[in-house]
Amino acid sequence: MSDPMAEIRASFFIECEELLESLQDGLQLMDDGDTDSETINIVFRAVHSIKGGAGAFGLDDLVHFAHRFETAMDEVRAGRFSPDAEAIRLFFACADILADLVRAARDGDQVDDGITGPVLENLDKLVGLEEEEEEDLDFTPATLSLDFGDGGTLPDLPELPDVSALPSTDAADDALPALDMPVPAPDTDIPPMAEPECKGFSVKFKPEDALYASGNEPLYLFRALRDLGDISVICHCEDLPQLDSLNPDTGHLSWDMTIHTEEPEQAVREVFEFVDGLCLLEINALTGDQDGTSSSEHTPISPAPEISPPPQVETAPSLPENAASTRVDAAKPSATKDTTKKLGEAKDEQSTQAKAAATPTQPRATVRVDLERIDRLVNLVGELVINQAMLSQSVAEAGLPPNSPVSTGLEEFLQLTRDIQESVMMIRAQPIKSLFQRMGRIVREASASVGKEVRLRTDGENTEVDKTVIERLADPLTHMIRNAVDHGLESTEKRLEAGKSREGHVTLTAQHRSGRIVIEVTDDGGGINRERVKEKAIQKGLIPADAQLSDSDIDNLLFLPGFSTAAEVSNLSGRGVGMDVVKSSIQALGGRINITSQEGKGTTFSISLPLTLAVLDGMVVRVAGETLVVPLNAILETLTLTDEDLTALGPETHVVQIRGGFVPLLDLGAELGYRTPQDSYVGGTVLLIGQEDGNRAALAVDSIEDQRQVVIKGLEGSYGRVPGIAAATILGDGQIALILDPTDLVGQATGRTRVRQPQQLLVG
Amino acid sequence: MTDIEKQNDSTSIELLSFRVGGQDYSVDIMSVREIRGSARATSLPHAPSFVKGVINLRGTVLPIIDLSARLGLQTGEDTERNVIIVVDLGERTAGLMVDAVSDILAIPSEEMQPPPDLTADEARTFVSALTIVDGRMIRILDLEAVMPPQGEEVA
Repeated sequence: MSDPMAEIRASFFIECEELLESLQDGLQLMDDGDTDSETINIVFRAVHSIKGGAGAFGLDDLVHFAHRFETAMDEVRAGRFSPDAEAIRLFFACADILADLVRAARDGDQVDDGITGPVLENLDKLVGLEEEEEEDLDFTPATLSLDFGDGGTLPDLPELPDVSALPSTDAADDALPALDMPVPAPDTDIPPMAEPECKGFSVKFKPEDALYASGNEPLYLFRALRDLGDISVICHCEDLPQLDSLNPDTGHLSWDMTIHTEEPEQAVREVFEFVDGLCLLEINALTGDQDGTSSSEHTPISPAPEISPPPQVETAPSLPENAASTRVDAAKPSATKDTTKKLGEAKDEQSTQAKAAATPTQPRATVRVDLERIDRLVNLVGELVINQAMLSQSVAEAGLPPNSPVSTGLEEFLQLTRDIQESVMMIRAQPIKSLFQRMGRIVREASASVGKEVRLRTDGENTEVDKTVIERLADPLTHMIRNAVDHGLESTEKRLEAGKSREGHVTLTAQHRSGRIVIEVTDDGGGINRERVKEKAIQKGLIPADAQLSDSDIDNLLFLPGFSTAAEVSNLSGRGVGMDVVKSSIQALGGRINITSQEGKGTTFSISLPLTLAVLDGMVVRVAGETLVVPLNAILETLTLTDEDLTALGPETHVVQIRGGFVPLLDLGAELGYRTPQDSYVGGTVLLIGQEDGNRAALAVDSIEDQRQVVIKGLEGSYGRVPGIAAATILGDGQIALILDPTDLVGQATGRTRVRQPQQLLVG
Repeated sequence: MTDIEKQNDSTSIELLSFRVGGQDYSVDIMSVREIRGSARATSLPHAPSFVKGVINLRGTVLPIIDLSARLGLQTGEDTERNVIIVVDLGERTAGLMVDAVSDILAIPSEEMQPPPDLTADEARTFVSALTIVDGRMIRILDLEAVMPPQGEEVA
């Protein structure tokens, strides 16, 4: 019993995450000046759906907050309130709190009322709703509308139009623009709790396709109804097409049910809570005899076209005799609620129906899969790649002719392996959007706490990155964003002084670049104050006082452990645990981080990460008896050195002349400490390595063996980080080969290609 | 040889004893995952001399520690050192390259002695206890100490 509930709960929270995401999206669009009603609707719907789900699970805190938020959004939606920048900021804050509440509800935590309180107050103030009324009214529209339904059940049928229908129609019309419309007298005349007369309800239920697509089963609903009392069900199958034209994914049935129960209408509505918006539902209180009469009696009330939602019209053709009552039903609750200033609720009802009509909830072709299963698949594919390499090697060793069936078969196998591997990796890839959205919140919070006006711009948020990378990027990126807001951007006064816009800008971009993903955090602040950085580093004893450092050397001092330039420690960043931690977590992902800064213009931190953590295309090379793999995306070209290409630069170094450019020559074997520099490199093979920053280097190797896909096996877990080495892999012969990290290697290369007395070189 | 009769002793510890650099050492058998023949290790650049490299242990990358080099003992010829003891230390797994595996011993815990405090000997810090079996001194290896220091490699 508890288990299926837990599952439903879990899927509710997963849905919540998606809804929160679209909420953020919508708010962002609004913030960017989009006043399209559809955008506002998206926001409204997201909040509404969260509220609905939360209600089903009895998450009162969440429901309460979501309701207030929703009410405010409804004001916007109805065009009674047009949000300015401040309002949107408040909405963002609400969205953040909503996210907190969702997470708190999921983890069973509590969220401090002190946080939600002020925001709610502001919200109410902003929208101009009186808080009191909102508080007092528990939003249970059904009970209220039930009172009205009782009007219909009054035995004195001829009285109906006079007593309830007509005044309430007026109320419905008038209450919309004017909230303070006095409650019409006839309503109060009806005893609010006249329930004993109610014998039950007639329920019309027509599921939409989405109801089936979301895994609901009408039968269970009927069973739940049966628990409330005696039930009789009539199934309408007139719409059922011929068998040959039947679409099995489409529902064609609708049902009329009559329940005899003492339960209030609310109880009946609750049964359908889960399918709210996925079906056409109408619940009428049962009169003494049959609802046919009541519907005809209700007909005069039907003029309420602006409230009558489109989907109801659909029922009209199929159930003509009830069309009128349909309209009445839609109008009734609205009218009642309007008169009691429950406008938000009325709109809400309407919206669910309108939503169903406006965006036919088409089933999304997605499957939720446990990440563990995908990981297992990824691992298996990794093994497959290794196995395939082993097989290729055996076939090669068997000395079969290249056009033998085995070889061609193997070739196809290779292609298939690659396809499978790519598909599996695509399963793991996710747009980086979710991460960027979280950063939006970080910016909002950080800017509020340091009192700066900051706008976050994001670009390339649909760039797909491996899920693990996204997860493990969250912390470092948070740090960097905070740093950008706290240290990067100047205070508002300074900005104005410098002739910049009042609002600081932080830009977050993601893009694919040469087989890696590059994420950049840019601020338009004052740039790095290099003198202060250097001073500080000397002060802290991180560098000798007489150190000669280039600008980029100084920038890189920021990554040293224990370095913090904030003059005073703010509560945001500046505890000195910043950038060095960022750097090591990026490195743990096989990534790199760079700074570029321009005094007065701003600073850019750029992170470059491998696209996947599992497989890469590499060139297998041999050097000093060792086999190494060089990532293919780093290799620009390969060439054989001639005498003219090679020029001695210093006493120990060479440069290679390539099409008029000079590229430093590095001996891979010597750089890795496998051997001493060779006597001559003429005739040797070099790989021209291109780096993200545009620098090039020529890497001398003994021979190039192969070009193939290799599975990445991390070294960090078993041994630790090795300079110049990104990871390891297993080759076809079962041997381990190391995968080079060309940028790291080049970055700390000595460049010694000639034997001479070793000299201390300043590592750049 | 003596393990059967002593196995019933509830306070005894089972040890895997082996020879390395002409000396007898042992490790708690519970930390031994497997024993396998030597394989050609892929050497790691910039690694300490006692790190022989890494080998492929059924799809995982296993670092190999040349135990005699680690303990500062004389390194014999490569041909002699043909056994790798794969040890498991919680999160970390490593292979210890030794000369030969000798025996499985069950030693009552009261027969364990703390090693004498001789600071001159490099191997001393790697020995957590001593015991005597058949007149031969067996050193019990402190595996944590033998493992290569993990963490950030100096870049």
